[in-house]
Amino acid sequence: MKRNFVMEPFGESKTMYEAYNEALVELAKENSDIVVLYGDFPRGAVGELFEKEFPDRLVDVGIAEANLITTAAGMAGAGKIAFTHCHGIFAVGRAYNQIRQNVAFDWLNVKIVMCNSGMLWAFMGGSHQIIEDIAALRAIPNLLLISPADQVETRKAVRAITKYEGPVALRLANPPTPTIYTEDLPFELGKAVTVADGDDVTIIATGIMLPDSLQAVDILAGEGVKARLLDMHTIKPIDEEAVLKAARETGAIVTVEDSSVLGGLGGAVAEIVTENRPVPVNRIGVRDRFGQSGTIAELKEEYQLTAGHIAGAVREVIKKK
Amino acid sequence: MAYDEKLIAALKSKAKTLRRDTIEMIKAGGAGWLGGSFSQADIITALMFHHLKHDPGNPKWEERDRLIVSKAHCCETVYAALGEAGYFDKKEYRSYGKFGAVLQAHTERIVPGIEYSGGSLGQGLSFALGEAMAARIGRPTPLYRVFCILGDGECNEGQVWEAVMAAAHYKVDNLVAIIDHNKFQSGSKVEDRINLIPMVEKWQTFGWNAVEIDGHNYTEILTALENADKTPGQPHAIVAHTVKCKGVPAFEHKNLHFCKLTDDMYAEAMAVLG
Repeated sequence: MKRNFVMEPFGESKTMYEAYNEALVELAKENSDIVVLYGDFPRGAVGELFEKEFPDRLVDVGIAEANLITTAAGMAGAGKIAFTHCHGIFAVGRAYNQIRQNVAFDWLNVKIVMCNSGMLWAFMGGSHQIIEDIAALRAIPNLLLISPADQVETRKAVRAITKYEGPVALRLANPPTPTIYTEDLPFELGKAVTVADGDDVTIIATGIMLPDSLQAVDILAGEGVKARLLDMHTIKPIDEEAVLKAARETGAIVTVEDSSVLGGLGGAVAEIVTENRPVPVNRIGVRDRFGQSGTIAELKEEYQLTAGHIAGAVREVIKKK
Repeated sequence: MAYDEKLIAALKSKAKTLRRDTIEMIKAGGAGWLGGSFSQADIITALMFHHLKHDPGNPKWEERDRLIVSKAHCCETVYAALGEAGYFDKKEYRSYGKFGAVLQAHTERIVPGIEYSGGSLGQGLSFALGEAMAARIGRPTPLYRVFCILGDGECNEGQVWEAVMAAAHYKVDNLVAIIDHNKFQSGSKVEDRINLIPMVEKWQTFGWNAVEIDGHNYTEILTALENADKTPGQPHAIVAHTVKCKGVPAFEHKNLHFCKLTDDMYAEAMAVLG
């Protein structure tokens, strides 16, 4: 089975936040317009660098996410590139209106780094596992929503969103994730990566669910099913062309995300397919429930997010063709 | 502090123009925020036509002082001040609030001279804080000053106090909050809704250099603004006691918050302002 830009076997595991920090440290040294704002959030390598070398470019507003986002908007209004850092649940959950009104409405150059997003912030439980962020944020005009899959893609995404002048939400998962990609991964905002080629069905995955989706591709290959795998790292604007090509060439789609399928990646893909090229779409993701504490493995099993569940959804969707 | 009588007279004349143009805008638009526009008119006038460093010919001049009107529904006097200063043609007033108009029902940054898109209360001070902190980066003295006008009812919003805490913590002394303390909010008197009175002590307790003034007395307004410049190390709050609908005696102290203008009201206003 041909795979593109994928390490065989997967490389070391690393958190997306660590990879994000590695990239931004480099960029911050080159670009004095970069400012970083924290809502009493662990600062990582970027924060340490700024504390030592650029203290006037670092602001920590304390536990006050509304003020965090709007203060960043004010700094962007003055020409800065403002990166905000807090948990995804509180960025979206407590500062939705600030993201909408103060950042996106005026196309301000704020990068909202949503740390520990998604269902798989396992130990923390339902209060902290944001599953509605994709649905909520993709309804906001002007805002880009980026969801990388591993350390390589995270670093490339950070470079791309820094270069891009405008509002961006960057969705980072909590657990260390294996390195999937080789450094020659091409990264273009709004352009899905075809990770595996195939014509029988397409799996469209985002973020931390990519390794499980690759495993599902292998399971299916063993059964003679050639699955295409798209990494939809840019959830908005979604790569419509890649989605429609998948619908046309493979005739069935399974979406995979660690968030709610209601309005999430699954919703976004279904909207495009239904309007332009109706084909069956099965959605893997959280099905209208809150999360809970547990291990990653337990949660993946309970919320039907394993490679086995993905493969099962593929078998079902193929029957509907 | 004594100010030149001619200066005070000129500012009073400007404020009268702003109030008159506000009435014309509300008439053209069909409705508007008369009470809060009139209560802040003298503060806006003092800032725009005396205290602020700005250039209507170059609205994005990097060194300009910023005026963030957090109570952005009271946009009419702000538009009137910008039009009067020459940021755009006054003929735009006629399309205020209409489909396709540049002058929307709440301020938007696309309008030359408008720094902040308001409409969601309680957020402007945070935005002003960000602008003020950006002015300090890499400089021994800030590149510009930031002035933020808030409503008193607006201070119900928790985010105001998040910004108040952060500004005091970082000693952002190029930031001046001016509270248009007209004692009314949308549906009632401030004290009958969630009482914030006494206002000035709250800001002082949070670490701000806070004073209270008569928000319609130019000597007091200008003195407070100048004193803010002379007091380093703290952000500044000016609690301006104002009168809702100030400028047309028949309207004063009434809560004409968001209202339509009847022909009688228009005639009454123009008899004083026209």
